[in-house]
Amino acid sequence: MSEVWQGFLRSDGRKGIRNTVAVAYLVECAHFVADEIVRNFRDAEVHLIGFPGCFPNDYAQKMMERLGTHPNVGAVLLVSLGCESFNRSKLASVIAASGRPVETLVIQKTGGSAATIDKGTALVRDMLDRIADVPRVDMGVSDLVVGTVCGGSDGTSGLSGNPAAGRTFDRLVAEGAACIFEETGELIGCEHIMAERAVTPELGAELKACVDKAARYYSVLGYGSFAAGNATGGLSTIEEKSLGAYVKSGDAPISGIIKPGDVPPKGGLYLMDVVPDGEVRFGFPNISDNAEIVEMIASGAHMTLFITGRGSVVGSAISPVIKICANPDTYRALAGDMDINAGAIIEGKQSLDDVAGEIYTRICATAAGTATASEALGHQEFILTYKSFDPIGPACLPTV
Amino acid sequence: MSAFLKLHRDDNVQVALRLVPRGARITSESGTFETQSDVAMAHKVADRPIAKGDLVIKYGMPIGTASEDIAPGAHVHVHNIVSRYTATHYRKEEAGLTDV
Repeated sequence: MSEVWQGFLRSDGRKGIRNTVAVAYLVECAHFVADEIVRNFRDAEVHLIGFPGCFPNDYAQKMMERLGTHPNVGAVLLVSLGCESFNRSKLASVIAASGRPVETLVIQKTGGSAATIDKGTALVRDMLDRIADVPRVDMGVSDLVVGTVCGGSDGTSGLSGNPAAGRTFDRLVAEGAACIFEETGELIGCEHIMAERAVTPELGAELKACVDKAARYYSVLGYGSFAAGNATGGLSTIEEKSLGAYVKSGDAPISGIIKPGDVPPKGGLYLMDVVPDGEVRFGFPNISDNAEIVEMIASGAHMTLFITGRGSVVGSAISPVIKICANPDTYRALAGDMDINAGAIIEGKQSLDDVAGEIYTRICATAAGTATASEALGHQEFILTYKSFDPIGPACLPTV
Repeated sequence: MSAFLKLHRDDNVQVALRLVPRGARITSESGTFETQSDVAMAHKVADRPIAKGDLVIKYGMPIGTASEDIAPGAHVHVHNIVSRYTATHYRKEEAGLTDV
């Protein structure tokens, strides 16, 4: 028997599990002013997002449009300096077309920092009132989009946290949810076994091609997706890290490939191809874990499972993060930041299935409104940088 | 509960489930050996001789190539295996290498 809870029904028909006002800066020059507005709402669901660059970027524009119309977002305040290249009127019109309240403040036309902070604070207060009575609707697992990332991985990640998350993913997929796994740079070495899980041979070829692309991209950059702490925790090579990371995708057939901002067309398991297309430019594909989480959210993730061994403390703006700690020593050190202790598997105190069941229960509770550890602590990390992508190929998506 | 976990029958390394002291016993079909150094949780130990150039196998899959001969009971890590894809960057003093 699947769980049912009350979601937030948006006028575009999508269902959210949070009812957030997003305050978005459209260039770094507007970041401080937007942040000051958000700080006036410490105890309300008001989250800061934004893009720091002054040069235009199609990827960033698409990401901000998807984030501004995310099912967990009820209303949006845009904060612009005024002379940046970001297309603020297009962003505002996309959000307005989704039926959400949206306002734009241009600092250069509003009288500077103090006046914009005052005006923005009043606008957010008004938005919170306007979205307070958004219609509620029955929502279940089959309505969910759930992402998974791993960060601060160590040798325990592939033994406990990741395989437990993989079993949870199998159950979510079987119940009709859309599940997304990612970081093709951390699937290097797994491409052949992964391709065998594709629902069509054409999709299998695309899966291999996007891992090949990641291997080429990272070899030009000279670094794999491998941090110093991975070695401290017992991982020796990128392919060892990859094999441990890959198991969080579970055993379900792979239904498709999406790129950041593409929303899965129906339930199933999807790989997100996060490595840019074309020649190497703009630097590393995702400069830190939150960049991956933001891309999951832009693709509609209501929440993200974050499996860590070394110990991460992050949450995210817009969508809750459930932190699953793979390492029992790390869990003891950082228990206040963790939602699930998968380290109990390493110590022989719980089975993979026990912990997978615990993760599933936590997903349903989070969807019904219970705060995760990072939400309760007030975490709202957000990062968005430059990238460029070609559209996904014709073999990448299942027919709806 | 044993201190070491063998993840796949084809593996030539086993994984420490807790901090294992030097001189602890590790057993495989190749014999019983003693760990040659302290081994931190989730680090790997060879459970048979691995020759320079051999593949190191974990999860039943290759995770790199031995860059030197590795004796059974030795810590298998960044100092004696290399990636077949991209080089591993690490800080030596923090890599958990108690035996170098």
